[in-house]
Amino acid sequence: MKHSDAPASMSRRELLTLIGSVAGGAVSYRAMAGMGLTTPSNYQGPIKLEGNPKGATVLILGAGIAGMVAAYELRNAGYKVQILEYNNRAGGRNWTLRGGDSYTELGGFTQKCEFDKGLYINPGPWRIPHHHQGLLDYCRRLGVALEPYVQVNYNAMVHSSRAFGGQPRRFREVQSDYQGHIAEMLAKVTQQNKLDEHVTKEDQEMLLESLKDWGALDKNYAYAPGRESSDRRGFERPPAGGLSAVPIHSKNIIPFDQLLQSRLWAAIGAGQNYEMQTMLFQPVGGMGRIGDAFKREVGDLIHYNAKVTQIKQETKKVTVTYVDTVKGGAPQTMTADWCLCTIPLSILSQIDVDVGPKMQAAINAVPYAASTKVGLQFKRRFWEQDEHIYGGITYTDLPIRVIAYPNTGYHEAGKGVLLGGYMFGPNAFEFTSLPPAERVRKAVEYGAQIHPQYKTEFDNGIAVSWHRVPWTLGCLGVWTDQARAEHYENLCQIDGRVLLAGEHASYIPGWQEGAVLSSIDAITRLHKRVTA
Amino acid sequence: MMLRLKFSAAGAILTLAAGLFSSPTWAQADLTSGTLFSNGNKFEEKTGKALYESICQGCHMPDAKGATGAATYPALASNPRLASPLYPALKVVQGSRAMPPFGGQLDDEQVVEVVNYVRSHFGNAYVDTLTAAEVKALRP
Ligand SMILES: Cc1cc2nc3c(=O)[nH]c(=O)nc-3n(C[C@H](O)[C@H](O)[C@H](O)COP(=O)(O)OP(=O)(O)OC[C@H]3O[C@@H](n4cnc5c(N)ncnc54)[C@H](O)[C@@H]3O)c2cc1C
Repeated sequence: MKHSDAPASMSRRELLTLIGSVAGGAVSYRAMAGMGLTTPSNYQGPIKLEGNPKGATVLILGAGIAGMVAAYELRNAGYKVQILEYNNRAGGRNWTLRGGDSYTELGGFTQKCEFDKGLYINPGPWRIPHHHQGLLDYCRRLGVALEPYVQVNYNAMVHSSRAFGGQPRRFREVQSDYQGHIAEMLAKVTQQNKLDEHVTKEDQEMLLESLKDWGALDKNYAYAPGRESSDRRGFERPPAGGLSAVPIHSKNIIPFDQLLQSRLWAAIGAGQNYEMQTMLFQPVGGMGRIGDAFKREVGDLIHYNAKVTQIKQETKKVTVTYVDTVKGGAPQTMTADWCLCTIPLSILSQIDVDVGPKMQAAINAVPYAASTKVGLQFKRRFWEQDEHIYGGITYTDLPIRVIAYPNTGYHEAGKGVLLGGYMFGPNAFEFTSLPPAERVRKAVEYGAQIHPQYKTEFDNGIAVSWHRVPWTLGCLGVWTDQARAEHYENLCQIDGRVLLAGEHASYIPGWQEGAVLSSIDAITRLHKRVTA
Repeated sequence: MMLRLKFSAAGAILTLAAGLFSSPTWAQADLTSGTLFSNGNKFEEKTGKALYESICQGCHMPDAKGATGAATYPALASNPRLASPLYPALKVVQGSRAMPPFGGQLDDEQVVEVVNYVRSHFGNAYVDTLTAAEVKALRP
C-alpha cells in the first residue's frame, strides 16, 4: 500500500532524511508526526503560566500527584498556595512500603512491613509507560532516577491450574507455539488457494514469506522441530562452547488443540497494550520517590493530618473546614480565593461541597474499583537463582492472578521481595474481605503451585486492599461511557471558585499521568480566569 | 478488555490482572479452608453468609459496624435504613457513591440471599424478605 502523502518515488525514510538535513531535527520530528510515524503526547512541555496572579491565594485539597503538581506550578507562577492533606505523608496513591513502615487499614488492622533494608513493594502505581510524558518530565525536572520496568519476560511463566497438569509453561514456548501454529495453518490454506478471494496472487507470495518469518516456519512452511522454531521457543540443549557445543533442537512443541484449550494464549498479550508497551520505567528505589521529590519542593505548604469535612463558597472566597485527625479539637477553617480539590470522588461524594447540582451529580457518579496487592519477602531470590527469571510478570488463573518479580537488584545475595498477587474484580473483593495476614497466607499457598520454593523460602509479607485504604476507599475511579457522556464535562468545570483535578478527572484513569494532565489542565484554566 | 468488566473505559490498568482465563462455570476451590475464590468476573458464592463474608465485610467490616477514615462506610448493624428490603437491594445492584454497583457480578438470587442475610443478622431482625422478581425490577 502506498501512503498518499509520501511521494511515490521516494521512501518515507529518504524524505525524512531530506527534511531533517535541510531543516533540522525539530522540523523532521513534526514531519514524522504528520506522517503518522509518531503520536505526540498530549503533554506540551513544562507549563508556562504567564501573567501576574496579583497575590491570589489557592487552597489545594490532597497532596497526591495532582495536588502537588498544582502546588509546584502555581507557586512558581506567583500564587500563594496551601495544601490540606488527610494523611501524615505526601504522595497519596504514589506510595512505597519499606521495611520498618507500618500501615493501618480501615477496621484498625495494622501491618508492620518486615522487609529487609532496601527492599520494598509498591502497593499502588508501579510502572510508567514511555508515553506518559507529563509524569516523566516531572521525574526529569525533579531529579527522580528511573530504571527499566519489565512488562514482558519471555522466560517468565504462564500458568493455568487446568492445563498441562497444572505445570507452568514458559512465556517463550507458548508465544512461539501459538504464533507458529497459526502461521503454518494460514500458509497451508494460502497454498491450497483458499485465500484467492482475499489476497491477490502476487501478495500471496509475500504473505507466505511473512508467515515464515512471523511464525518461525521451516522451508516447507511447517512449524516443526528444527533451527527455526528453536530460535524462538528455545532448545532442548542450547548452543554452547567447546566439545559440548552442538545444540539439540527442542521437540516438545505444544500441539495446537492443547494450546487452544489451555487458554494460555490469553496470558501472552498484555505487553501489546498501548499502556504496557516497552519501554516502561520505574523510579529507582520505589514509586514513592516521585512523591518524595515533590515533597522536597512543596512540603512546606502541606498541612498533614487535616481531614477536610466541608467546602463552602461565597462570592469572593472559599472556606474549607477540616479537623486535625491526631490532635482532634474543634473543626478549623482556612480560606482562599480559589480551591483546587483533588480528593478522590469516593470520599468527596461524602463531603459537604458547595457546588452546583451538575457538578455534585458528577461527583456522585463514579464508583471505585477494588484491587489488592500482596508483597512477599523470600529468603533468597530463587526465581533468579533457580529459574533465571529476571524481572517481569508470570500470569496465572489462580486467584493471585500474577507474580511479578523485582526489576532491580538482580543477583543480589540475601532476601528478595516479589509481588505475590495483584487482583481486580471478584478476587480483589474476596481478598479485601480477609484479614491481612490471611491474604498473605493465601498468596503464599497459591504461589507455591507455580514456584514450589515458596514452601521453604517464604519469610514475611504485607497485603494492601484498596477499599480498606482510609484515604481513598478504593483503587481508581471507574467511568462507563454513559457516565462520561453525562458527567465528565460537568466534573471538570470551574464551579464558582472551586475546581477539581486528579486521576478521576482524566481519560487516563488509574494512571498517574491522568493526575498530572488533569492538574495541568485545571490550573491552566484557573490561571486564565484569574488573570483575565 | 480482558477483565470483561461491564464498563468499557476503565483504563488499561485493569487489563493487567483478572479474567485472563475466565470460565464462568469454574470456581477456585480453596486449598485449606472453605473460602471460595471466583474464577471469572462474576461472584460464585451462593449463600447470604458466604456473599457477606466475601464481599460486604471488605468495607462494612466483619461485625457490620462500618468504618471511618477520610470518609465513611456506614454500619449495616442495627441500621433502620434496612427497614425496606428494596433500599439495600438498590444499593447492591446500582451502587451509590463509595459503594460500587454489583448488579453485573451478582444474579438476582445472590442479591436476594445477601440482602436477606444482612436484614436478619447483626442486630437486624426483619422477617419480611426480598424476592428475585423485585431484584430484577431494580436492574437498569
Ligand atoms: C493498585 C493500583 C495500581 C496502580 N498502578 C499504576 C501504575 O502502574 N502506574 C501509574 O502511573 N498509576 C497507577 N495507579 C494510579 C495512580 O496511583 C493514580 O492515578 C494517582 O496516583 C492518583 O493521584 P491523585 O493525585 O489523583 O490522587 P491521590 O494520590 O489519591 O491523592 C489524593 C489525596 O487526597 C487525600 N485526601 C483524601 N481524603 C481527604 C480529605 N477528606 N481531606 C484531605 N485530604 C484527603 C489523600 O490522602 C491523598 O493524599 C495505580 C493505582 C492503584 C491503586
